This record gives sequence, C-alpha cells and structure tokens, in this order.
Amino acid sequence: MKALNQVFTNYKDASPDDLIPILQDIQAQEGYLSEASVREVSSFLHLPASRIFGVATFYNQFRFTPTGKYHISVCRGTACHVLGSATVLEELEKKLKIKAGNTSRDGLFSIEVVACIGACGLAPVISINGEFHAKVDRNAIHRIIDEIIAKNAENEDNK
Amino acid sequence: MDWFNSQAAEVNPENIRLLRRDMVDKPVIYIGAGTCGLGAGAAETERAAHQWLSNQGIDAEIVKVGCIGLCAYEPLLDVQMPGFNRVSFGNVSAADVDAILKEVIALNIPKEKVLFQFRNNSRSWDNIPFIDQHSYFQPQQRIVLKNCGLINPESIEEYISRDGYMALKKVLKNQSAEQVCEDIVSSGLRGRGGGGFPTGVKWRFARKTEADQKYLICNADEGDPGAFMDRAVIEGDPHRLLEGMAIAAYAIGATKAIVYIRAEYPLAIHRLKIAIEDAKAYGFLGENIFNSGFNLEIKIKKGAGAFVCGEETAMIGSIEGRRGMPRPRPPFPAVSGLHQKPTIINNVETLSNIPEIILHGQEWFSAIGTEKSKGTKVFALSGKIKLTGLVEVPMGMSIRSVIFDIAGGIMNDKKFKAVQIGGPSGGCITEVNLDTPIDYESIIEKGAMMGSGGLVVMDEDTCMVDVAKFFMDFIQRESCGKCIPCREGTKRMLDILESITNRPINESQYEALERIKGVMQLEKLANVIKDTSLCGLGQTAPNPVLSTIRWFREEYEEHIFDRKCRAGVCTNLRHFTIDVDACTGCTVCAKKCPVDAIIGSKKEPHFIIDDKCIACGTCLEVCKFNAISVS
Repeated sequence: MKALNQVFTNYKDASPDDLIPILQDIQAQEGYLSEASVREVSSFLHLPASRIFGVATFYNQFRFTPTGKYHISVCRGTACHVLGSATVLEELEKKLKIKAGNTSRDGLFSIEVVACIGACGLAPVISINGEFHAKVDRNAIHRIIDEIIAKNAENEDNK
Repeated sequence: MDWFNSQAAEVNPENIRLLRRDMVDKPVIYIGAGTCGLGAGAAETERAAHQWLSNQGIDAEIVKVGCIGLCAYEPLLDVQMPGFNRVSFGNVSAADVDAILKEVIALNIPKEKVLFQFRNNSRSWDNIPFIDQHSYFQPQQRIVLKNCGLINPESIEEYISRDGYMALKKVLKNQSAEQVCEDIVSSGLRGRGGGGFPTGVKWRFARKTEADQKYLICNADEGDPGAFMDRAVIEGDPHRLLEGMAIAAYAIGATKAIVYIRAEYPLAIHRLKIAIEDAKAYGFLGENIFNSGFNLEIKIKKGAGAFVCGEETAMIGSIEGRRGMPRPRPPFPAVSGLHQKPTIINNVETLSNIPEIILHGQEWFSAIGTEKSKGTKVFALSGKIKLTGLVEVPMGMSIRSVIFDIAGGIMNDKKFKAVQIGGPSGGCITEVNLDTPIDYESIIEKGAMMGSGGLVVMDEDTCMVDVAKFFMDFIQRESCGKCIPCREGTKRMLDILESITNRPINESQYEALERIKGVMQLEKLANVIKDTSLCGLGQTAPNPVLSTIRWFREEYEEHIFDRKCRAGVCTNLRHFTIDVDACTGCTVCAKKCPVDAIIGSKKEPHFIIDDKCIACGTCLEVCKFNAISVS
C-alpha cells in the first residue's frame, strides 16, 4: 500500500477531522475504498477501522467496489424526476443490464444515482466521467452508450 | 486606491474602467461557462470561437464568465465591440459561432439569436432591447447575483473593479464588531437557507459568548434537489461570498472559517480555491487584513453526499470526521459548535448579501421587501417551465409573477398544476395560491416553506402522488437513522404511498382494505413524525405528503378507489388491452408475460386477464403489430 503514502503526506499533523478528506482523496486516486486502504487509514489516524467504516458507509459518496471505466451518474433531483429521469434510469439499466450502484461485468460501465447535480435547468441530466449530457431521453441514452462502446472498441483496436 | 496593499498591482482609474469593461480596446467575447453552460455545450462553443478568431487572424479576448441565470438559453455568447454595448446571444452552439461572429465583427447584429444588449455607456445597437427591458430581467432586482455572468469569476481584479472588498475595508477601518452585528440586525436580513432566522441576532449570540476560538462555517451543502443558486453564486462570483464571510467572521470574532461545499460541484470548488488564493495574495484574507490586526483563514471542506448534513449540528459532526448525525439543541452551535467552540453557520446566499448591505447601508436594504422579510431572494426555476434559470426578486413579489411574467409560463403551454417550493421540506403552491407574496410567513401559511429557493414547476402531466412518493423516497434514504420517528416513519409513509401506486400480484380484497386503512393513517403518522423527530429534516419530512394531500386529495382518492392515475405517470396503474383486429396470434406477448396474464391460442387473438396483470409493459414492448393499447 505504498500508493496511499502519497495521500498521507498531504496530511501532516492529521487529526480525526481529516478522516473524510483523506477518504475522499483515496477514492479519487483508487476509484473506491478497499478494505486494505481503510486499514491503512486506520493505522495512520489511530482510529479503529470499525469507526472508519461507520463513517464511510454513512455517506453516499463512498464506494466499496471499483467503478467501471465509464462511470455514469444519473441525477434524480426533483426537476429531473418531473421531466422523466426515472425512465432514463430504467432505460440505462436495461441497456447496460446492470442495476444502479453496480458495475458491468466487462468493467466498462457503472451506474450511480445522485441526489442532484445542480444543473436543474438542463433536466434530465446524466454525467459520464464528469461530462454532462443535458435533456436526455430514451433515444439519447442509446445514442450516447453506443457512441461510447464504439469509441472504446476503436481505442482497443488501436492498441 | 490606497487600500491596495503593496504586494498588489497598482490600479489606476483608467485600469478600473478597463477591468469593468465599460470600454474595450479590442473585441471581447464572453462565454457563459457555469455548470449549466458547460452542460449545454459551452466548451465546444468556446473552442469554435477560438478557432474562428485564429483562422481570421482577429485579435480578440475570450472571457469565461459565470452564469447570468438564463439556463434555458445556454450556451450564451456575448460580444462587445470597441465603442459599442455588449450584446448577448442565446443557444449558440459551436455551429452557430462562425455566422454570429462574422456579422458582429462587421458591426451587424444577426437578429436570429440575439437576446439583449447591456448598458455599458457606449454606443447602443439599434432595435435591440436593453437587458433591463428584457422580460426575464426587468422585474428582477439583483444584489447577490449582481456580478454573476458579467465578470470573470477567476479574476479578483474584476471583482475589485466593481467595488469588491470595499465593504470589508469599510468595516475593518471604521466599524467595531458590535456595530456590524447591530447593522445586520437592523437591516432585517434573515437566513436564506430555509429557516429564516435573523442573521444579525445569530451573530450577536456568538459575539457575546466568550471563547478563545470561534468558527464561521459557510453552508454550501446545497442538498435540496431542485436548488442550484449557491452553486451559481460560487461559480459566478466567488469573491462576493469570501468578502461576506470575512465581514461575518470579523463581526463574531472568528479567525477560522470553513466552506462546507458539496463534492458534486467540482467547478464551484475549483473557482473557490482560486478565489481564496487570490484573496490571500492581495491581503484580503490571512494575517492582519487591511492593517487592522484581524486575521482570517478560510478552508474548504467537501461534503460527502448526505442531505442531513445541511442541518447545523450534523454538518459540524461531518466536519469533525464523524457520521453526520444531528444532536439535540441546546446548546446551540452559536454557543457550543465545532470542537465545542462558538460557531456560526450561514448559508451562501445570506453571506453574499452582506457586502452590499455594508456598502449601501442597512436602511437601503430594509427598504426592499416586505415588513418582516427584507431584501431579495434568489430562486432556481426548473421543471416544466418555459425559461429555466436563476432569478433574484424582491421579497413580496407574487409567485405568479415569477412563474408567468419572468419565466414565461408553462412549457408547451400546458396547464399549470402546482409549484413545489422548499424541496423535501417544503410543499406545493397551487393555482389558487399563486398570488401569495414571497415572504417567509406567507409561504408557511400555505403549507409550504421558503427553503433554499428551488421552484420546481409542475403541469397537468405531473402526478402529485408520484411527487409525494419521490420526496418520501428521497427523505427515507437520506434519514440519518438516529431517531425512530424519522427512520421508521418515513419508511412506512413510503410503503403506504407505494401501495397505492402499485398493482400487486393477485390483488385480493384484503389488500384493497389494507390500502385504504394505510392512507387513513398517513396523515396521523405524518403528524407524529413532525412532532417527535429530533432535527429539522425529520420535522419537515412529511410536508410534501401533507401538502399534496391537502391540495390534491381527489388525486389520492382516484389512485386508491379508481386505481387510476390521471397524469399517466404511475405506470403500474395502466390498463393494457389487446386489439383483436390487430393481433395476429404470434404468442410472443404470452411467452414474455412474467405473470402469465395473457392467454390465447396460436394464430388467434390473445386476451389479457386484468386481475393478473401487473402492468409491467413487457407486452407493449415486444408486440410487433401495435396490437396492444394502454389506458
């Protein structure tokens, strides 16, 4: 677990106050929180691992399984809901054959439901690896996903 | 400009005019690059503009500005030619850039996409309305959003050129901390995060508590789905917030401040970081600000996605690295908060009001608005409305004016049904109450609450039971689980709502009876949750349900007794029938039906047994002959 030392060097004189920022940094680096990294944090902060899991499981942001190469966040805010985000999510789940919160077997896609991205003016919104797609509907989902699959296949071929 | 410290660049009035862009010496292109704009494709628009300029060899400046509030017209592109007023174009996709720039550089305004022109004291364009004549902006009064969309949020100089940090200087040089508290008390400013507690009074509590360390926390954990004003303010004008925070910290005697901001707002965090660094470099933050001996350090803490952390004590828990669970009050955070020290938590919009109040005086501010609610309020308009976006209106304006005069009414000219205000803690305002003036008390009277200012508009195609279910589902997931009424009660309420919007397999008479019984209990249960929950989240959790029952009782009854959803949203209440003339008897639907509700022999028309059908819609999807109809 050498990789985490890099995160820890940013936290000199760390106190329990820094627990959540440290977990956020680890997740940003590794993509998720593995049991091993939680143990690392535990010995770094001198906190029981149970307490760290307790905190991490409380917050929606933390994941305990790796995400797909393309991580799709579906906004389920009020404005998105009124404009049909439930259908969008359903279509996405059907298309990728995974449920929200899961990663596809090939590791290409994962779906996450988020409370509100804050782009209500463009509802319904999904974000793929941080890139926004505004006013999506059933057809748009198919177009977007097909494009990604095609692009990914192309990149693989080039390798 | 004596107040520019030695480390800062000398700024003379000429430069100030340039920074304010009252006049420009080469064409300036402004691109609305907030989250909304980028989502609508502003990055491509910007790239196209760069490309066009370099192809044509034109020397021009491209400035990325924050969100002016017209999300519906994103991406927005403004052009300011030397000697002329800045003029704004809407819905400018990358493909439109060439045509627009070509015309404007030749001093012609293409009429198609033009929205309005600004007042820059330069030559105005003929036949183009000014921004204050545009129906979206004319009724607005912008205090918090004053600079949003006008200035480059990543440039502290541009903020300074618009009287930035003047209020902080005024306070530190001329006013005692007590005086600042009293000024804010008499301005009548109330918390914009939802509760509406007088800001100055809160400050006074913390001021009077003796402690070696005090904290100021800015609540930018904008968790209400449907609200995005705080994001837009930070993305568009981050220094306004920092200045407000510095003044607040001075007033209460805090030397450490934290911005608790949602991790879902990466752009806002990025801009805030730049703003803090710049403000430090200019000596507006850090040690001995304006030689007054006042020190302030501002840190950013990213929220980790828990709605309950909008509650003060839960937020403090989260900052201390614990689960974000509220604790009983008193002691109030103003007495014992972060690390048991006096802590003041203010919302972004509240703090962003402070600099203007100090600059223009509390009388100026208290003259705006109604008797008990002073100033302006920023609203985020979304849902089924023509113009989505951000508006800032004086308190006392009617909700009808906001929706119909400013935002142009309902999308596709459908019929207005209700507007949801206050997010998961709020309620609905219906047609009959549309003339309610916007102030804290009037809105509560109608069974809703001001909340942070999300207005989600709903039309006749929205099912109110479904909306209630949506909020209950949200609250039930976000409940921290500490107190039983909220944890268990909201789950039960969701169960009841689900039972009336779903069609169970093998519906028996008993289940119908249970359903009715459940709904009869719904109001009672809601009141228990309200009365006995620990924190604001639980106490307001049943509001969306109570409010929809109050105004849309007939819709609930239709769902319960007639098993019908008039808006067609509750898909599980749909009825499927097979058109005997169109059905070829291919048997696909019968094979795919998960509950064997379709019968019929091969090459003969099929038939759906209504009692067995769970309305999943599979038959509709698989039928190749359009033989299945839905009602």
